[in-house]
Amino acid sequence: MELQAVLMAAGGGSRMTDLIYNTPKPLLPVGNKPLMWYPLNLLERVGFEEVIVITTKEVQKMMSSDPKMKLDVKMKLDVVCIQEDGDMGTADALRHIQQKIKSDVLVVSCDLITDVALHEVVDLFRAHNATLAMLMSKAHEFTETVPGQKGKKKTAEQRDFVGVDPSGKRLLFMANEADLEDGLSIRKSIIKKHPRMHIKTGLVDAHLYCLKKEVVDFLAENKSISSIRGELVPYLVRKQFSKTANRQKMKDESEDQTQKKNDDSTNQELLIASRDESLLQLAQERSCWNDHHGDMSEAYHGGKLRCYVHILDQGLCYRVNTLAAYIEANRLAPKLFEEPAVHPSAVISEKCQMGSDSMIGALCQIADKTSIKRSTIGNSTTVKEKVKVTNSIVMHGVTIEEGCNIQGSVICSNAIIGRGADLKYCLVGNGQRIESEAERTNEVIVGTDQLMEI
Amino acid sequence: MADSGGTDEHDKKDDVERSKSEGKELTKEEKQRLRKEKKQQKKHKEKKDDKASQESGKENKSASSAAAAPQLPTQTVKAPSAVPAPAPVFVPASSEAPASADKPTKTKAELKAERRARQEAERASKQGKKGDPGQQAASGKLKAPPSELQPVVKRLPEHIQVDNPEVLKKLAKKLERQQIPLRSDYGYKVSLFSHLHQYSRKAPLTQQLSIPSTVIHPAVVRLGLQYSQGIVAGSNARSVALLHAFKQVIRDYTTPPNEELSRDLVNKLKPYISFLNQCRPLSASMGNAIKFVKKEISNIPTQCKEEEAKSKILNCIEWYINDKIILAAKAIAASAIEKISDEDVILVYGCSSLVNHILFEAFEKRRKFRVIVVDSRPRLEGREALRRLVQRGISCTYVLISAVSYILPEVSKVFLGAHALLANGYVMSRVGTSQIALVAKAFNVPVLVCCETYKFCERVQTDSFVSNELDDPDDLIVTRKGKTHLENWQEVPSLGLLNLVYDVTPPDFVDLVITELGMIPCTSVPVVLRVKNVDQ
Repeated sequence: MELQAVLMAAGGGSRMTDLIYNTPKPLLPVGNKPLMWYPLNLLERVGFEEVIVITTKEVQKMMSSDPKMKLDVKMKLDVVCIQEDGDMGTADALRHIQQKIKSDVLVVSCDLITDVALHEVVDLFRAHNATLAMLMSKAHEFTETVPGQKGKKKTAEQRDFVGVDPSGKRLLFMANEADLEDGLSIRKSIIKKHPRMHIKTGLVDAHLYCLKKEVVDFLAENKSISSIRGELVPYLVRKQFSKTANRQKMKDESEDQTQKKNDDSTNQELLIASRDESLLQLAQERSCWNDHHGDMSEAYHGGKLRCYVHILDQGLCYRVNTLAAYIEANRLAPKLFEEPAVHPSAVISEKCQMGSDSMIGALCQIADKTSIKRSTIGNSTTVKEKVKVTNSIVMHGVTIEEGCNIQGSVICSNAIIGRGADLKYCLVGNGQRIESEAERTNEVIVGTDQLMEI
Repeated sequence: MADSGGTDEHDKKDDVERSKSEGKELTKEEKQRLRKEKKQQKKHKEKKDDKASQESGKENKSASSAAAAPQLPTQTVKAPSAVPAPAPVFVPASSEAPASADKPTKTKAELKAERRARQEAERASKQGKKGDPGQQAASGKLKAPPSELQPVVKRLPEHIQVDNPEVLKKLAKKLERQQIPLRSDYGYKVSLFSHLHQYSRKAPLTQQLSIPSTVIHPAVVRLGLQYSQGIVAGSNARSVALLHAFKQVIRDYTTPPNEELSRDLVNKLKPYISFLNQCRPLSASMGNAIKFVKKEISNIPTQCKEEEAKSKILNCIEWYINDKIILAAKAIAASAIEKISDEDVILVYGCSSLVNHILFEAFEKRRKFRVIVVDSRPRLEGREALRRLVQRGISCTYVLISAVSYILPEVSKVFLGAHALLANGYVMSRVGTSQIALVAKAFNVPVLVCCETYKFCERVQTDSFVSNELDDPDDLIVTRKGKTHLENWQEVPSLGLLNLVYDVTPPDFVDLVITELGMIPCTSVPVVLRVKNVDQ
């Protein structure tokens, strides 16, 4: 088997607490499908037949009862449950399933919505025999107004500094702004080998990684790494240029080094070097190809550890981990697949004005004289007469009474909007009741129990 | 099929078989055959005895040598340089069955046979003209010489004929059967080369495959990707990488129930070979390596256990690489070093792994020489050769091919590598080689071609048009100072970009071929081929 897919669906959604109060992040409805359906659909389209899903028990229960997941996903899902409260990072989760990993892995996060041609990432992984291949995308500005944002709040965006070589494929440098207190410093050895480096900051990491099996084994031995994105990837990128990685000595010498340093890196060296058989070495020697020109070193500078990145210019790639991203994703999700915008089981009266870019979920009831524009209405929602819903996201099981005017808002599941309410850019939490004739603008309406405990 | 009356006389069958072959060759061969028929009518009785063994031998051969790659000729071409042996040459290369078809002893029957033979030949040539219009197009287009003297009529492997829709349809059907995606051609092709494939590097074959590839072994997918992106380039490197991938395939192979390893494994390899062919057309060295592997696999006795059989095949592959590539390189270096004297100025072209090896060895043996590396666009492989030579400490000069006539007066010898050596003595090598050989000849500089014997190929070609490889035309586009003039070349209707990969050098320009069997003139290549086939 070539690649095993692992879907990380145990994430907390720490940046959108209001949305996930009752619904765990993997099951948030985006375009009336649970969020984790999107990466699963991507894997299925590409040809995977089995996926290992790492998630919590709660999600697993809800998954088995969700009709969408059962019907649409034809792959075999091997669900592994982990503790919800434990601070398990993504790398910890990989370590947890190390026994199941028999070949190279493709790790995907459940909040990734993209239409990338996966073969671009995997081809980099295959062709260059890379240790890591990942996907990044140019960040898009979110244009929609986010409910609950008081004014133009510029969140202290933790920027990522990503250094790539001139071809745009080899990953040379990766650091987060938070780790760079004194400024960005680049080792001389990197500059010697790659005199031209492009440093980009406007990239968003899609959290899609192809990792060699040896990396998973390395994680099993090295328990201090807990997050793939935050720790493992920068570590691997740095290790490409470390001195031990480049010396082309025989195995026995690296064994000496392990005795001296007892370093995990040399362990990984051993593991990676043992795969490069002598024939491959011979083929590379005889081949007249080099990945760089201008200096005396051979292809890849003799390094065995290589990290590659595919940067997506055009196309959809969203990580739904903030409220703004969630709203944006809902706008664009219908474009990803050709399902009818209106679910066949919805009951819509004739006098309803529905825009073409709206989506109506199953078993909805839309009454007369309503106007629904650029919105997504979830399953089993009831919308009474004379309601105007514009630019909004309405989740499942919501009741909207007559005469309401909802604009630019997000209404979570099972909420009830009273008669004649006027909501602009609001976020209505789960199960909330908005009283009639209420007028709210730019507010986050949640129950007291949803407020964070300090 | 052998439907011509189903007579006992084997010459009938021979005629029919031969009638399936190339139309143009037939006429020439036919005459030869008639001539030989008269000769053989004198020797008959021994042949009758051998017939029985010969048939069984032929059946085995036809089964095992099912050509998947278009370059798997099982018989040599009779016409050009084959020595007409007194022994019947109908089964040209196989020494096991030297006998020919038998001829009747009676004179009346002889004449009848001759007449029938002539009629058959005429009918066949008419059929040939109808059925294969494209195959008669170019002369010397003998990619698959006729298969002869087999009771089972073989389908000949097809030439590359991209402009013939029927052939394309057959290819598409074959690929569909093997579940390999078809790679589509890209861009406008220059009319002289419209019969060849032209692919774009930006459209790899993998985008039509499922990602955890189940139909094709992952090692083969990786190899195909490396071929199409040029990461593994060069005849030796490609063969070694191919054999490495085959080793992995064989290691992961398990015989399904009710199947024999010797047959099933060969069938398993066929789609992989088609896939690799789609990624990048196979080279002659790869074709020979594949032939060897298939022969080894089909020679596994049936009672052999699977583990034993697999380890046997793996050992054979190891032996092949060691013998034909590594040791051959050593032997060639040893002979070539005698040709390098002190104060020599050696010209090399592009990056040939063998020539580089020779120069390294010569430098280690403390010969004093300097090297001139000639390079050409778009591949600019000479840069890599330059790097490797300078790293060892050899003093080098670097020029582009446009300056070769300027630099040649300084040169004392030219060392060239070869991609393949054809049966008529022509050298097929990177495009530009024939030019260098020509200019060197004009300056009376000796040209030495270094080539291992496993790259010798039974094909015959006299020009670079009939069979070549077209690389991605976008490689010719260059961006200088931010301006890319050829960016929209596809929109200009009268513009075609041609990126050839190979060309053929006639033997008159080559003074010596250095192989591990010794230093031979170019015209002795068919002799080597014959000796090789006799050994096998």
